[in-house]
Amino acid sequence: MSTAGEVPAFFKSMGSDSPARPRQKFCGMFCPVEGSSDSKTLDFDALSACRGKSDGRVIDRQTDISQPRKVEIRESTGKEALQNLDDKRSDRLLIKGAKIVNDDQSFCADIYMEDGVIKQIGENLIVPGGVKTIDAHGGMLMPGGIDVHTRFQMPDRGMTAADDFYQGTKAALAGGTTMIIDHVIPEPGISLISAFEQWREWADSKSCCDYSLHVDITEWHKGIQEEMETLVKDHGVNSFLVYLAYKDIFQLTDSQVYEVFSVIRDLGAIAQVHAENGDIVAEEQRRILEQGITGPEGHVLSRPEEVEAEAVNRSVTVANQTNCPLYVTKVMSKSAADVIAQARKKGTVVYGEPITASLGTDGSHYWSKNWAKAAAYVTSPPLSPDPTTPDYLNSLLSCGDLQVTGSAHCPFNTAQRAVGKDDFSLIPEGVNGTEERMSIIWDKCVVTGKMDENQFVAVTSTNAAKIFNLYPRKGRIAVGSDADLVLWDPDLTKIISAKSHNSTVEYNIFEGTEVRGGPLVVISQGKIVLEEGNLHATEGSGRYVARKPFPDYVYKRIKARSRLAELRGVPRGLYDGPVCEVSVTPKTMTPASSAKTSPAKQPNQPVRNLHQSGFSLSGAQIDDNVPRRNTQRIVAPPGGRANITSLG
Amino acid sequence: LPTTVYRGKRDFDRLLIKGGRIVNDDQSFHADIYMEDGLIKQIGDNLIVPGGVKTIEANGKMVIPGGIDIHTHFQMPYRGTTTVDDFNQGSKAALAGGTTMIVDHVIPEPGTSLMEAYDQWRQWADEKTCCDYSLHVDITHWNDSVKQEVDNLIKEKGVNSFHVYMAYKDYYQMSNSELYEVFTFLAERGGIAQVHAENGEIIAEEQARMLQMGITGPEGHVLSRPEELEAEAVFRAITIASQTNCPLYVTRVMSKSAADIISQARKKGNVVFGEPITASLGTDGTHYWSKNWAKAASFVTSPPLSPDPTTPDYLNTLLSSGDLSVTGSAHCTFSVAQKAIGKDDFTQIPEGVNGVEERMALIWDKAVTTGKMDENMFVAVTSTNAAKILNLYPRKGRIAVGSDADLVIWDTDSIRTITAKTHNSAAEYNVFEGMELRGAPLVVICQGKIVLEDGNLHATSGVGRFIPCSPFPDFAYKRVKARKQLAVLRAVPRGMYDGPVSEFSMSRGGTPSASARTSPTKQPVRNLHQSGFSLAGPPTPDDVPIRPAGRRIVVPPGGRSNITSLS
Repeated sequence: MSTAGEVPAFFKSMGSDSPARPRQKFCGMFCPVEGSSDSKTLDFDALSACRGKSDGRVIDRQTDISQPRKVEIRESTGKEALQNLDDKRSDRLLIKGAKIVNDDQSFCADIYMEDGVIKQIGENLIVPGGVKTIDAHGGMLMPGGIDVHTRFQMPDRGMTAADDFYQGTKAALAGGTTMIIDHVIPEPGISLISAFEQWREWADSKSCCDYSLHVDITEWHKGIQEEMETLVKDHGVNSFLVYLAYKDIFQLTDSQVYEVFSVIRDLGAIAQVHAENGDIVAEEQRRILEQGITGPEGHVLSRPEEVEAEAVNRSVTVANQTNCPLYVTKVMSKSAADVIAQARKKGTVVYGEPITASLGTDGSHYWSKNWAKAAAYVTSPPLSPDPTTPDYLNSLLSCGDLQVTGSAHCPFNTAQRAVGKDDFSLIPEGVNGTEERMSIIWDKCVVTGKMDENQFVAVTSTNAAKIFNLYPRKGRIAVGSDADLVLWDPDLTKIISAKSHNSTVEYNIFEGTEVRGGPLVVISQGKIVLEEGNLHATEGSGRYVARKPFPDYVYKRIKARSRLAELRGVPRGLYDGPVCEVSVTPKTMTPASSAKTSPAKQPNQPVRNLHQSGFSLSGAQIDDNVPRRNTQRIVAPPGGRANITSLG
Repeated sequence: LPTTVYRGKRDFDRLLIKGGRIVNDDQSFHADIYMEDGLIKQIGDNLIVPGGVKTIEANGKMVIPGGIDIHTHFQMPYRGTTTVDDFNQGSKAALAGGTTMIVDHVIPEPGTSLMEAYDQWRQWADEKTCCDYSLHVDITHWNDSVKQEVDNLIKEKGVNSFHVYMAYKDYYQMSNSELYEVFTFLAERGGIAQVHAENGEIIAEEQARMLQMGITGPEGHVLSRPEELEAEAVFRAITIASQTNCPLYVTRVMSKSAADIISQARKKGNVVFGEPITASLGTDGTHYWSKNWAKAASFVTSPPLSPDPTTPDYLNTLLSSGDLSVTGSAHCTFSVAQKAIGKDDFTQIPEGVNGVEERMALIWDKAVTTGKMDENMFVAVTSTNAAKILNLYPRKGRIAVGSDADLVIWDTDSIRTITAKTHNSAAEYNVFEGMELRGAPLVVICQGKIVLEDGNLHATSGVGRFIPCSPFPDFAYKRVKARKQLAVLRAVPRGMYDGPVSEFSMSRGGTPSASARTSPTKQPVRNLHQSGFSLAGPPTPDDVPIRPAGRRIVVPPGGRSNITSLS
């Protein structure tokens, strides 16, 4: 954070310029914020007065609902305003009369920002002169959205996704999203670090909002492990994605996934997974092409939702086994969502990410007669042809079984899609959604009464910030947090169309959808980027936000479990009866059904193959030199559970 | 009903059971039964029978179809040694417990011929078995010649069930693609796909971790194979089976979570059968922590017994409700000296528990006396369902005119204590040691002859016949066939796309190709794009045949794409 040093200085004078009451400090809530010092928090007592008053205000506000809500943005006059313009890095901004909506509560207060950071929250703030003021008239002010899954400017077989970091982040800002997390996809064989640096370069030069990066693990060997360590320690990456699909390209085996997850847990990162059974998908693709089905409907026919649910189930199992937190990207079907919900009930640390497309539309369009339209919906896992899926996923999102939302924004234009015009398996994958995400969720969940405004903030912003260790710098409106805010108009209606969207592609998969709710004003890094429908995004202004490992939200439980999950052997007297002779090379012998050692463990065998020659069937054993483990405690007692991570 | 009269190796007795209560899986009724030449000839009251007939007075006791133990491993070779119960010893134990037919697993060494292994097993069994038997064949590797052999086994050798392994990494384990191919092939030929469901890759990792931690005793066996891994593999197997529209049979359901997945899948309409075994229905995995190494090792089997002591009760409940369909024993016993091969490394302990003799009594005690199931259901899970799956019904698994004379007169009140001292197996340990069971066979009739009477066993080695199983059992395949007809996929008839097409590289040498999801196997067929297309002009539509416009869309937009999922 660029303002790290200044924040404490600002707070030295606190109490004198805080009008109502000095904000009392308790340690805790915001400690992890870089540079926000340890003695700041919201003074809820002070704010409760405001809340009490707001009861009266609700009625006031209801009266003016009939009138179009308007927001006034006033500039201070003359010199001060000019100063403000000169110094772009210290935009001073005051929002008056807003209803601040966090994930836990809503309250009325004014909010003052400086240098891209929220400096004061309260009523009758004393602010310096020359401050631009926004009068919110009781409108909802919420933390800017965080789109946890984008793939801007993604290379694919010599092509590049249609929206680069500039176009993409502009679209994000237009929809109320002020931070994106993009995926770095190193080609197998290419170093993770160099791919990461390539993405940094692209994003730094073009991104209009803050961003961070996930890194995808597309192959597995010792070198990758070291690079992951470097990325976590020196480059602020705390999430890695593995693929269970894309056979022979990105796909990892179960053993590799097990090892990757073990490494991720030791590093304190989050394991993300693209969950589809790539083996089955490959077989089905071949079968369907053989049947002469080459259009986009083949895409969804070859990837039935069962295959997604199976892979989710498998990755949950591996994550449980390795005690590693799991994050399932792109939850597209009911059955996959159900598997996640069940696993959470059993106590697994798993998070599910539905995307704009799965929340907003379904896979019936794959059967469209218009090839280009059908192809525009191609993404993996595919949209479910079951039209009740979006409603179901919205319900699970509302009840907390799914936690975060991304867009997996990765559109290709029609000419690029047409690479697969004779073979659906060659169609580049990805749909749009970064701009529509917040509005779709508001329309499908809040307007319908599935969730309230606070839960809306949680699923569009706060939960993402918590999982990826950005909280409370991002994902919350609080003193010391970044000034990424959205003034949300719940009544704004809009018809989504490719004609008016900010993406560069010809098709919008939500074409013609009428959504209620949209951003009125968007503030990113303390600067107004959207007002009155005008976007003022600045190319290259986005900063890379480094993320630390071991996010509390995720790792508190993991840490406790690893302490408990130590396994102990049973102290026994040594077996001293007769031992059968056995042939060492079972492969050349008659069938050996129970030889369950895997060659992976061959290194262990030399330690253990005393039997081979040294034992006599009758007499004394050579067990004197083997230390007895008499003092070990049995942590997993008979009748107890062997696997401590399973709470079910 | 099959009317073939099997010419036996000896004279068959004529036998009349009077005053018994006949219990089939659908109903119970009072009637007399007359048997001749190993077949049931008459059922009814006041039968007219020839003279010189031996008569058994049942006095109102239950007469049930003899049990079918659908899963045994008698005389199984293991790294140069053999399980202590051979086909003689094992089938004797089976008869003593009221089981009159066993189905053994043929395990060909990976890389060797299935057919040779099958012949070997036939030879062993024909020499020694005391009761009728049939064989499952395990597929331990997969290629075209194996495929051919599977085909021959189904068509000519009377095998309709094949077993694949998802565990035993780098040994028996099959990849998902191989499973898909095996299942596809079996679905075409009318076989049943059996699966040993455990995630072998994760087990290998966990075993390495346990050994590194210094855990070498039998408790390491269960710690390295938590029940989640079983449940995961069951889930995966069901997914693949549903994809390939192949009936699935999960052997050895050992844990609650695996059983739950099976019952969920059945609710969704999957054709899947679950087989709990005597051990999982009768005991639990707490014994792995026994201080007595030999005792702990005697419980080693895979998937392991669950350390959760409520598991047996739960599995009995699901068996009673019909979510689990059949019961086997997975009887595969090793002596203590053989188990001691793994005394310093649990991964080397030969796997297998006893259970063929105890199976019927144990289920009666745990499920019928507790009121979970009735006597008809008892017959279904111990005999009839197995016969239906193997396509042997109603020759086996039912008391009806024309069926084989494999009967058991069941005493519901007799109480026995199980112990290794009195059991018929050759093993030194019995995993049910000390258990008191209510319910036991009073008289066992196999092939029309009395083999158990007054506690005395008169089994004759080598009288057991191989019973061939034919493919496409109705019990499994009626639904599968109906779905096959429905599940035809059709393409959407569209005009050809004639807009611009981007250039792209097929080789992945250059920049990252995120969405290149074609597997290399398909590429040669499809790589027209690589060179032939120009960016500029619209491609001439004449080159490419336009797809017929008259095709009907069977799977409509908004409908389900996967017809086998009924949910």
